[in-house]
Amino acid sequence: MSANVKDLKFTKEHEWVKTEGEIAIIGISDYAQKELGDVVYVELPAVGDSIEKGDACANIESVKAVSDIYSPVTGEIVEVNEFLAGKPETINKDPYGAGWVFKIRMDDSGELNTLMNAAAYEEYLKGILEEK
Amino acid sequence: MNKLPELIFNESKEGKIGYSFSETEFPDDIISLDDQYRRDGQNLEDFPQLSEVEIVRHYTNLSHLNHSVDSGFYPLGSCTMKYNPKINEAIAGWEEFSAHPYAPLKLVQGNLEIMNTLEKWLKDVTGMAGFTLTPAAGAHGEFTGIKIIRAHLAAKGNPRKIILIPDSAHGTNPASAHFSGYEVKEIPSNENGILDVASLEAHLNEDVAALMMTNPNTLGVFERNIVEISQALHKNGSLLYMDGANMNAFMGIVKPGDLGVDVLHLNLHKTFSTPHGGGGPGSGPVGVTEELLPHLPVPVISKQGDLYHAAYFNKGLGRVKNFYGNFLIMVRALVYLMSIGKENLRKVAEDAVLNANYIRKNLENDLDLPYKFKSLHEVVFSDKGLNVKTLDIAKRLLDFGIHPFTVYFPLIVHGAMMIEPTETESKETLDIFIRTMKTILKEAAEDPAKLQNAPYSTPVRRLDEVLAARQLALKWEKKQE
Repeated sequence: MSANVKDLKFTKEHEWVKTEGEIAIIGISDYAQKELGDVVYVELPAVGDSIEKGDACANIESVKAVSDIYSPVTGEIVEVNEFLAGKPETINKDPYGAGWVFKIRMDDSGELNTLMNAAAYEEYLKGILEEK
Repeated sequence: MNKLPELIFNESKEGKIGYSFSETEFPDDIISLDDQYRRDGQNLEDFPQLSEVEIVRHYTNLSHLNHSVDSGFYPLGSCTMKYNPKINEAIAGWEEFSAHPYAPLKLVQGNLEIMNTLEKWLKDVTGMAGFTLTPAAGAHGEFTGIKIIRAHLAAKGNPRKIILIPDSAHGTNPASAHFSGYEVKEIPSNENGILDVASLEAHLNEDVAALMMTNPNTLGVFERNIVEISQALHKNGSLLYMDGANMNAFMGIVKPGDLGVDVLHLNLHKTFSTPHGGGGPGSGPVGVTEELLPHLPVPVISKQGDLYHAAYFNKGLGRVKNFYGNFLIMVRALVYLMSIGKENLRKVAEDAVLNANYIRKNLENDLDLPYKFKSLHEVVFSDKGLNVKTLDIAKRLLDFGIHPFTVYFPLIVHGAMMIEPTETESKETLDIFIRTMKTILKEAAEDPAKLQNAPYSTPVRRLDEVLAARQLALKWEKKQE
């Protein structure tokens, strides 16, 4: 799978979401992986977990820090990217493709409306970079 | 600089032994062990075999590779790596203090008196009503403190669910809250690096058990809204936990008990000059208000009549550590406090703040200072605008015999360099550090590769931290031939 960035939605916490019907695929943005630096470990949620929007349901450990991944939507985890367990660096190499983290069956796809589209996220990043 | 010795396994040679006793003086049957005590298991076949002098040299040479406060400047932010006065060691070494932890209380009255006296000093410094001295380190103190909060709220009918933690708190705070069964919610600090009452109030509800606040926080900034914050919490039936690891910044000036703090922990191995790092051991006493005293862990040391007692009847948490905690560390902390004297504790804090601000002032034109608000005992710069990263500067410092500052923390500062010199460093040492930093920054401008490949003079060069984290090798394994 490789997502076209223009089709993705983003959160302020730098997760991205791609929707396929009622399934949302979630990963972290290119900006986020760069900020984290080399990823060394990914802790994944369990398939079948019920997740509320905003729950910290996975975490990514880099040489610098451990960061939570917050679910942008409510629903049930239907698949996790087991490949990351052995190859966590995939998140650095291909954040929008092979580096996806988990898939969730959404209870309410309306929740997606609160997220940013690619253009809005780019503006949001510009704001952050200016602050820095 | 010393070289890194070979692994002791690689120095081994079949048949070498560490001792050689006279067979006439020590016939076999005298020194032979009963078979049942012999460790002849197959796991021992790779056990290193060396002579005594080789073993001594191996470990002596390893110990020479340590960097410690006794060997050089150690400005590791948030860790208060102050000098540990030798008088602490001399007195803690008195054989009168070594007692068996099960000794009858009447035989260890002096030891109990020391614990009781230290508690009085800590109460006086912090304005808290009582302390437990048993937690073994800072994070253990946090865990104990949050457990006390939980026990207190549970006794009132509802332990609640959430602990709020500002984003400028110590990294161990969320872990301690989580381990105590609470959900953690992070609150952002404002542009001055401190917590606003309004942003706290936006997070307050009936599920909030407590706010866990590091004060001064990890930016070295005093949380000046703390009184209003404690009032807002108390109005909500929530408590205020203060991470007192940075107490060195205002010891003798402000008492947390006067600010509305309900529970705090101190680090004897930071503020009170006991050994830090290398296994310490640490000590993280927890202080509480009058209302929370019944929930302190046991034993509770008190004086009744002429005798000191260790009471186990408290309805609190039970034990959090075996016996009395790290007793000889308490001796060292008390020696520190008594040798400095009450009247001079304020001076300690003032000098710690002065030293940090001296570094800040002298480097603020060379490095980016993301939070310009007045800071106390430490200063946090960032690597913004440099053509090298924080890590490169930290590694290059090693070549100058200086332990690096804390890197990449707090997380709210990009490429953070967190510098805490402490009060025990002279102006001359601070000047050497400042000059060294300027030299390194000049090198960075002229030849960034020089920093990116540093260090050069250490026993090992730049380590591959990513590979080490991804492929952890924690034990030696014999190479397959």
